[in-house]
Amino acid sequence: MANLSVKAFLIEAGEIVRFASRFFSALFKPKQEWKELLRQSYFIGYKSLGLVGLTAFIMGLVLTIQSRPTLVEFGAEAWLPKMVSVSLIREIVPVITALICAGKIGSSIGAELGSMKVTEQIDAMEVSGTNPFKYLVVTRVLATSLMIPVLAVIAAAISLYGAYLGTNIKGVVSWQLYWTQVFDALTYSDAMPAFVKTYFFGFAIGIIGCYKGFNSSKGTEGVGQSANSAVVLSSLMVFVIDLIAVQLADLMGLT
Amino acid sequence: MEINQKLNIENVIEVNDLCKSFGTNTVLNHFNFKLKRGENAVVLGKSGSGKSVFIKCIIGLLAADSGKINVLDYNISDLNSDALDALRMRMGFLFQSNALYDSMTVRENLEFPLRRHGKDMSNKEVDAAVKEALESVGLPHTEKMMPSELSGGMKKRIAIARTLILKPEIILYDEPTTGLDPITGREIDDLIVKIQRDYKTSSIIISHDMHCVKAVANRIVMLIDGRAYMEGDYSSLSTCGDQKVLDFFE
Repeated sequence: MANLSVKAFLIEAGEIVRFASRFFSALFKPKQEWKELLRQSYFIGYKSLGLVGLTAFIMGLVLTIQSRPTLVEFGAEAWLPKMVSVSLIREIVPVITALICAGKIGSSIGAELGSMKVTEQIDAMEVSGTNPFKYLVVTRVLATSLMIPVLAVIAAAISLYGAYLGTNIKGVVSWQLYWTQVFDALTYSDAMPAFVKTYFFGFAIGIIGCYKGFNSSKGTEGVGQSANSAVVLSSLMVFVIDLIAVQLADLMGLT
Repeated sequence: MEINQKLNIENVIEVNDLCKSFGTNTVLNHFNFKLKRGENAVVLGKSGSGKSVFIKCIIGLLAADSGKINVLDYNISDLNSDALDALRMRMGFLFQSNALYDSMTVRENLEFPLRRHGKDMSNKEVDAAVKEALESVGLPHTEKMMPSELSGGMKKRIAIARTLILKPEIILYDEPTTGLDPITGREIDDLIVKIQRDYKTSSIIISHDMHCVKAVANRIVMLIDGRAYMEGDYSSLSTCGDQKVLDFFE
């Protein structure tokens, strides 16, 4: 039984790698689908902004409120903006943004493509002279890869604002002093690895959502399974990529 | 390869020794078939007998295991993807599930093949083509509607309009009346006959709805055990005396 599930896991991993290599080979072929890429970027980026922004605001606020008692205990309350901003920028904002997007975007891509597959819309596209892989997969994976870093940057700014409000609930830190402390604390090695890994998060969410949807079967039941497994697998991949990114940043002396 | 050449050939589709299996399940076993210009040929067989697989092989959605498929005198296995796209412009395919794009309006659904096949058309010409296709299926005022707002019969008509918009020489219908009530089914039968007459199309109709078969078929090919078991017109097959064939007509 264990052998079977390991084998199934390895087969699926191989299929996803093959799907990703098909993405790169389609990406550089002529006739780009710019209009569809813009449409997907709008849906993936703009339409997720509210949810990502609200989550980031709450994370900033809550992290600050939760961290204060410990820092007060050590007499280090003045370090609150510095500590919270480093935590938010290095880890919490990129990962939480990616997880929110894995839930919202990964499931929607998996369900949309899965539904198109079982209702023969993908076949209809092919007989209409369109390469469905290029039109549906390449545009969505590009859109997630480009928009999730943008969402993460906006989320970072909103979370820092949330942290500012959190700092001022039980203390008084001026707007100017807060931001001075934040920018003093943050360095290139905090921001850059965190920003770069969001591209990989976006790519993983897009490619897994599309893979699950594109390979959907068994009718409407299969569509639900595609959406569900897209969320589970892409969330897991976010953590795996995060782990690898931290190790690489450490090796490169960026920690 | 120049695919747009109009050839004056008698058989627009010729299929020789077509074989297709899925794992150990052989669905087409040296199947032979010819479609004459201007005729409506019905392929009749049980569910799961390989009828839909057959027309998906013709349009290149499925690859045959062996055998030869000539469409408008082009062997489809010799064509690269661009040439196959060009040949598909001259064919229409009506999916059993209609396959209308859920996220697009009726108008966008109809425009999609026009824009994608790279036809260099002005907006005015696209407008006229959409209007003509919608009028030919009797639904002229549905342009702005979404597929989810349409009834089953209307969806089928819109799917036919999308097939017609490129003015194909060949149309492949996959179970056009399945899932429709008898009255709507008869309307679709009439529409298929009208399209054959007005657009001078040659068609393969996959069906096991005997009312549809009787109404639209010029010739019927019985697909049994993966082979062309018998062929003829409705009256000759319905009185042939072979029980395997008669089972469909009784």
